[in-house]
Amino acid sequence: MNLKAVYIHIGWFQMSVTNLIIVIGMVVLFGLALTLPFPGNSKGNKKGKGRK
Amino acid sequence: MSIMQEKEMWTSKLRKSWQKTLPVEKLLPDTQPAYVASWIYLFGVATLASLGVIIASGIVLAFEGASWYHYSNVGHFINSMHFWSVQFFFVFMVVHLWGKFWMAAWRGRRLLTWITGAVAFVASIATAFTGYLIQTNFDSQWISYEAKDGFNSVGIGSRFNVTNFGQMILLHVAFLPIVLGVITMIHVLMVRAKGVVPPIDAFNAELGERK
Repeated sequence: MNLKAVYIHIGWFQMSVTNLIIVIGMVVLFGLALTLPFPGNSKGNKKGKGRK
Repeated sequence: MSIMQEKEMWTSKLRKSWQKTLPVEKLLPDTQPAYVASWIYLFGVATLASLGVIIASGIVLAFEGASWYHYSNVGHFINSMHFWSVQFFFVFMVVHLWGKFWMAAWRGRRLLTWITGAVAFVASIATAFTGYLIQTNFDSQWISYEAKDGFNSVGIGSRFNVTNFGQMILLHVAFLPIVLGVITMIHVLMVRAKGVVPPIDAFNAELGERK
């Protein structure tokens, strides 16, 4: 908390490295949530009778 | 002689309306549609779990006081738990928001569910910001003096004085948590009443049409 924050500054864009890491982490988490298979869903519900 | 029909009481009307809108089978379901078996559907409940940790750790902080959470090891731990559960709360809520936005979760008469979620998001930001102001350290002093100029510049500084510790602590520990809690409850009850939104390309077997 006592250290000076490191910023990325490219033209109009300015953001602290900490915030940038958090935003990238959230995007990665979102991507993983959409793509990783869910446990117990190996038969797949995207097609067939499981679909509602 | 005609028999006088008794006027239905408001309690009876409310009960019938509640049973029609949100029967207990919908409120506490034991099955979910097949499409819910995806990680993206977990972020709403992860947000709620984080909120539970925030409230529990916040109650401990409120009872023990600033000298305890600044100077004792256990106080540091609970203070950090409160801070980090807020970070996770926002991360989970933002991923939940992204997921619901790309699902167009307002479909199927779920607009009010979407709106209450958006209002809860705004109320959460206000609650978190007032938390930064009541840490009772130089950090909160710096933030409040920076924020005061922003509020004064838009003309609401006299009503919402961020340097007034008494006002900020009451907003953070009483008013805003009540607002956020009520909105969250309404949001969750609406999700239960309308059901979890199906994927955009899902076939609605009940109505026999695409949503």
